[in-house]
Amino acid sequence: MQIIESGNVAAALGVKLARAQVIAAFPITPQTPLTEKLSELIESGEMKAEYIPVESEHSALSVCIGAATAGARTFTATSANGLLYMHEQLHWAAGARLPIVMCVVNRGVGAPWNVWNDHQDSISQRDTGWIQIYVNDHQQIIDTVIKAFCIAEKVNIPVMVCYDGYILSHTYMPFYLPDQELVDCFLPPHKSVYALDPEDPRNINTVTLPEARVNVHGVLAHGYMELRYLLQEDLRKSIHTIAEVEERYSEVFNREGGAYLEEYRCRDASYIAVSMGSLSFQLRVAVDALREKGIRIGVAGVRLYRPFPDKAISNALSHANGIIVFEKGMSYGYMGPLASDIKSALYGNVNGNRKLPFVHNYILGLGGRNIRTRDLIDALRNSCKEGESTHMSDTLKWSGLKI
Amino acid sequence: MTAKTTILNLPEEEFVHPGSRACAGCGLGIAYRIGLKALGKNTILVVPPSCLTVLQGLYPIATTKMACINVTFASTASVASGVLAALRAMGRKGITVACWAGDGGTSDIGIQALSGAAERLEDFIYICYDNEGYMNTGTQRSGTTPFGAITTNTPILGKQQPKKDVPAILAAHGIPYVATSSAGYPLDLYDKIRKAKTIRGTKYIHILTPCPSGWGFQPKDTAKIGRLAVETGLFDLYEIEDGKFRLTGRSRSMVKKRELVPVKEYFMLQSRFQSISDDYIERFQKEINDRWKRYYNEFSQVS
Ligand SMILES: Cc1ncc(C[n+]2csc(CCOP(=O)(O)OP(=O)(O)O)c2C)c(N)n1
Ligand code: SF4
Repeated sequence: MQIIESGNVAAALGVKLARAQVIAAFPITPQTPLTEKLSELIESGEMKAEYIPVESEHSALSVCIGAATAGARTFTATSANGLLYMHEQLHWAAGARLPIVMCVVNRGVGAPWNVWNDHQDSISQRDTGWIQIYVNDHQQIIDTVIKAFCIAEKVNIPVMVCYDGYILSHTYMPFYLPDQELVDCFLPPHKSVYALDPEDPRNINTVTLPEARVNVHGVLAHGYMELRYLLQEDLRKSIHTIAEVEERYSEVFNREGGAYLEEYRCRDASYIAVSMGSLSFQLRVAVDALREKGIRIGVAGVRLYRPFPDKAISNALSHANGIIVFEKGMSYGYMGPLASDIKSALYGNVNGNRKLPFVHNYILGLGGRNIRTRDLIDALRNSCKEGESTHMSDTLKWSGLKI
Repeated sequence: MTAKTTILNLPEEEFVHPGSRACAGCGLGIAYRIGLKALGKNTILVVPPSCLTVLQGLYPIATTKMACINVTFASTASVASGVLAALRAMGRKGITVACWAGDGGTSDIGIQALSGAAERLEDFIYICYDNEGYMNTGTQRSGTTPFGAITTNTPILGKQQPKKDVPAILAAHGIPYVATSSAGYPLDLYDKIRKAKTIRGTKYIHILTPCPSGWGFQPKDTAKIGRLAVETGLFDLYEIEDGKFRLTGRSRSMVKKRELVPVKEYFMLQSRFQSISDDYIERFQKEINDRWKRYYNEFSQVS
């Protein structure tokens, strides 16, 4: 069945279909309609779940941490400063290996106050140990929320589903509503590795020493560093799990999607534009226009940002002469984080004497600054023309800046 | 209330095993051992960083044998709310959820989450053990450090502000049960926890747990100090049940006898009060006398 709804409602319906059992949230623009919808679904009895209207985002994620440790399927959502306020708990949820799913409705962070879209909120949390997936449209929102629970519960790592504030959250688009029976078959009820249980008392997340120690039975238990190593190992392994989940989803629901990145006219492209979120769909329009002018260009939208699917990304990009990365976030004091990740992925793919493509980096759309397709076309045309002139490669470029 | 528990009918099952990492004479150690007996096996504990984290042992060895989740400093009451929600969502009945946090984790960094949970009337027992400072990090002042106490960040003059009245803050939330207790009277604590277990909604119990290392007294004097705090009228034992205040235990019997031990005796035993002036001790004494005058008027008729 196809329906027309907002992106936030698409996310809420995904959470309902996934049969989340405990939901906790605190309002923040532009996430608010998502959690309003969930409370409406729960209060009306359409959805069976516990909704905890907490007093802050720190508590929202804390409720999820408690509920997930007790074995429930849990969900929360936030944006911008709400996500930053969760920071301590983001690390905790990943360190405790809890399969929590969260929607981040992307918004610029203060100061100064700004409620419009960019990616600085979730990008700045990339090193917390969460899986981060960026989506491009309403269909991907609802599908990815369902897949996220599946991934999280397979690898015991929390997942963020990131989508653009307003551009996706508040616009109305048609999308297919997955069938509940199929979702139930795709996503069976959650069974956690250990659910807090007085019959099997364990003391969880105790102080863990620098060195590994033996337990009372004389068996060597993990130290802090081993636990952290395993988080990294499991995150890297989850790259495969995520592709498997994607494949199963497309089998069950008959919808194709790229687990790692979505390529558009890339196969024969000499130049590839790269971005995350809805911007990659806007870039397709720019690419079409340039193709008409005879420029062989394509666009790759990165969907999986952490763990970074470096092999898949460098395989998809390294054949090009140039890569032009458009980003709505910054690693202040350096460059766009996606650009620097792509550069490092390409370095890992150096083979023989083949020349690596140049990488240009545009920062744009911060705090909701309008991104005109005309500006994208100009930027791409310039980059293709200038090629690898050192002047271009070394400088970070800001598009749409009026200074 | 049912018959009082005595040392003879206290359950024998131990949840805190010998050899914990607490200091010798730790008041928390006493309260925790008896408190867990009262909570009973069918409990899930939520514990933020504090001396209790250390008492419970370092991975992979635990002093306590009870399901427990260690959480971040500010999140105790919210994590407990999440545990409760999961138990409801999964139809797991008959489990008590109890938070056990220090005074810093309660009166300061954790008060927002606790206030939110109390306002939602979350069905847990929140136990604050009050050693009147951040002891885990080396005795810094907290919201509940009393006036005049020397701590490592009020090192010369002592704290210049009075103790935050956390039970009153919780009572103002309209929760069904608020009680105070002292490690000097562990059986009183036992009975209060047992009672809290029978009440639905948020229950708050505030225990004064003397701390020899942070307060500067001999480890052998923990129980004595815990009792002196009550017998001087400085720390009162009471319950607020459905909004009704009543003195309990030793404080209640003191109303009848009308005898308060001079507060100076309490101060003299602890090196943390070494720089408090006689003037201030007099002021404290006057405050206590005034409060107790009210108690005499209000409660001497009640049996
Ligand atoms: C967010 C955060 N800030 C600071 C700390 C450091 N810290 C750990 S325990 C503690 C003091 C605990 O004090 P209290 O709650 O009174 O318990 P006590 O140690 O006195 O028993 C502090 C400040 C922390 N773990 N987390
Ligand atoms: S510092 Fe005080 S509260 Fe902490 S373990 Fe030692 S005696 Fe107990």
